Amino acid sequence: MQKAIDIKENTDKFEELLRYIESQDKSQGILMQTLHKAQEIFGYLPIEVQKFISEKTKIPMAEIYGVATFYTQFSLEPKGQYTVGVCMGTACYVKSAQLVLDRLQQELKIKVGETTEDNVFSIQATRCLGCCGLAPVMMIGEDVYGKVDPKDIPNILKNYR
Amino acid sequence: MALYRSHVLVCGGTGCNSSKSDMIRQRFEEKIIEMGLDKEVQVISTGCFGLCEEGPIVVIYPEGAFYSRMKIDRVDRIVEEHLFKGRIVKEYLYEESLDKDKLKSLNEVDFYSKQKRVALRNCGVINPEDISEYIARDGYLALGKVLTEMTPVDVIQVMKDSGLRGRGGGGFHTGLKWGFAAPNQADQKYVICNADEGDPGAFMDRSVLEGDPHAVLEAMAIAGYAIGATKGFIYVRAEYPIAVKRLEIAIGQAKEMGLLGKNIFDSGFDFEIEIRLGAGAFVCGEETALIASIEGQRGMPRNKPPFPAIKGLFGKPTIINNVETLANVPQIIINGADWFRSFGSEKSPGTKVFALGGKINNTGLVEIPMGTTLREVIYDIGGGCPNGKAFKAVQTGGPSGGCITADYIDTKIDFDTLTDLGSMMGSGGMIVMDEDNCMVDIARFFLEFTVEESCGKCTPCREGTKRMLEILDLITQGKATLEDLDKLEKLAINIKNTALCGLGQTAPNPVLSTMRYFREEYEAHVLEKRCPAGVCKSLLSYYITEDCRGCTKCAKQCPVNCIEGSVKKLHIIDQDKCIKCGACMEACPFDSIIIK
Ligand SMILES: Cc1cc2nc3c(=O)[nH]c(=O)nc-3n(C[C@H](O)[C@H](O)[C@H](O)COP(=O)(O)O)c2cc1C
Ligand code: FES
Repeated sequence: MQKAIDIKENTDKFEELLRYIESQDKSQGILMQTLHKAQEIFGYLPIEVQKFISEKTKIPMAEIYGVATFYTQFSLEPKGQYTVGVCMGTACYVKSAQLVLDRLQQELKIKVGETTEDNVFSIQATRCLGCCGLAPVMMIGEDVYGKVDPKDIPNILKNYR
Repeated sequence: MALYRSHVLVCGGTGCNSSKSDMIRQRFEEKIIEMGLDKEVQVISTGCFGLCEEGPIVVIYPEGAFYSRMKIDRVDRIVEEHLFKGRIVKEYLYEESLDKDKLKSLNEVDFYSKQKRVALRNCGVINPEDISEYIARDGYLALGKVLTEMTPVDVIQVMKDSGLRGRGGGGFHTGLKWGFAAPNQADQKYVICNADEGDPGAFMDRSVLEGDPHAVLEAMAIAGYAIGATKGFIYVRAEYPIAVKRLEIAIGQAKEMGLLGKNIFDSGFDFEIEIRLGAGAFVCGEETALIASIEGQRGMPRNKPPFPAIKGLFGKPTIINNVETLANVPQIIINGADWFRSFGSEKSPGTKVFALGGKINNTGLVEIPMGTTLREVIYDIGGGCPNGKAFKAVQTGGPSGGCITADYIDTKIDFDTLTDLGSMMGSGGMIVMDEDNCMVDIARFFLEFTVEESCGKCTPCREGTKRMLEILDLITQGKATLEDLDKLEKLAINIKNTALCGLGQTAPNPVLSTMRYFREEYEAHVLEKRCPAGVCKSLLSYYITEDCRGCTKCAKQCPVNCIEGSVKKLHIIDQDKCIKCGACMEACPFDSIIIK
């Protein structure tokens, strides 16, 4: 089940979103930016937020849900404090990125797309991060780790807990 | 403008940035102020230099000293010795750039000497966040020329004469495309720059946007003038925050100087550009899906015709070009079609940028004239495979392409030769593989990618690729039969012929091409239940050799308790229970566990 989000507690956030929606030129296809903005504000896209967008933009809810679920960057579930992204781009893959991912999943006891019990880490498999020279590459939040040896993962994770 | 005697160029591309080049730049600035040199030396953050393997990279002019693998604690000494006393710190230089103690110019270094930089000409040379540096390198000259001296028909003619073909993968003639859109009457037309860069192992468009964003803006305005559009969109992957930021800065500066906006160069021509973010869907790189995405819908492709040139964004005539295609345009306008045709091959003029990666010494971005051989790229520029391993194959074209083997290494690279070999130019990913890579596993990797990215609209792609993946899974687990191989091949050909868009039509390529060149490897998996490269986990077994001293460390680490043995006695792995996690091998202090 999705976690519901308290509308009263989050009025500031909803107002910020509303200001954004009102500032947009509606003739130019605004749904993608609006969802990006909403995700930036709320961290994810709960149903209440999608309904709110539907109400304010007059875009049918079905369409919004369709778009929100089509793109992998939009998340309907809250994410952990840190997203650990393992690059599964081709250059990293041929340099054994799969072993990095396996080890990470084993360490955190979760699978790709899931979040740890304590809400600290989520794992994501990403595409080329543009630093293939450092393959295999792993990112935690904004920090990039290059030439990752699966053995080092427990130590790297320690810095974040 | 102040005059400086020295310039310190610090790479601010994504690769170097990940290894903290930003902190290196800061330290340079601080130290330079400390030494009182800030009126004489300027520090600039540039785009990618291309040689990412040796990053973070710092180049100091006028000497052209190329410092590689920079570390923050080396900065002080470089400022003191090089910038203050004028003595280059040789031990920090990139090894190749020294020839018997003499500094070679960058163009003489092997990595750069065979390259020809057109699309990347400003990357690593200018500060991408300062429009005046772009202008100093003839920036916006082409736009000025077009608006004041040329008619739209002239512009399209020059593009046609140049023979420039789309660098986004299809290789369609850019001049022709513009020529289709120009005559269509409409109250509004659009120019779209495709910066979705979906190939999972490529980053050349990103480097152009990060290193030279104005070149793309200028080209879009030129395209707008040529087809009669006043509005442009850049569709960028949301995963490229640095590129987005630099584009925003560039658009702001161009507007301020009147190079975008109303009545540009007093010619009466208006052009505006807006950035739109993608959200992580590979299929949105396909032009009709991209249009749907900008319109705020699910990014699903539609049938063509009508082509976007007739009915595109919001139903209006639209042209879509790739970032690298556009980056070539201003140069063609300034230097002429003949100049452009002087590089490359007859049918594929000009240069192409490749993202060289995988098992190769010099990973990075290379721009070469079309017609350069694979051998030159892989050995002369790329420096061959590391650790003395044997080169096995190179994968081009990403998930739409295929593998090319050592037998074809003297092929001259262009759109047509690669297609003839069952691969593709694609957007320019070039991933080198050595003897330790399993080709079935690579095919499976790309297919898994397309299965995930299939939008689900047409059946061959949605269902067919899944079935193919299932068969590949069986093969890598040693459970497939020879009939399965035939079925796989048949399925692949059917999907290729019947899928709706380019994604499905090319998805089987990685499988077909590896089957064509590495059939014996597939058969080893099927008939002998063996993975020759030692990659496919299910086909491997861990064994403990006679060297075991019975320390029990492996047994303690084993997550499924499948190792038996007592202290100081030889241990044994129960093959039926083993999950092949490799934890025992890692734990063994005597290297007495091997994979067979
Ligand atoms: C599945 C698929 C993905 C694509 N991805 C990209 C991409 O990431 N970048 C790109 O420029 N073109 C991509 N293309 C090609 C575009 O559809 C289009 O041909 C191209 O942007 C046209 O620009 P060009 O003529 O300058 O190459 C893709 C095509 C398909 C079928
Ligand atoms: S493939 Fe991993 S950074 Fe490029």
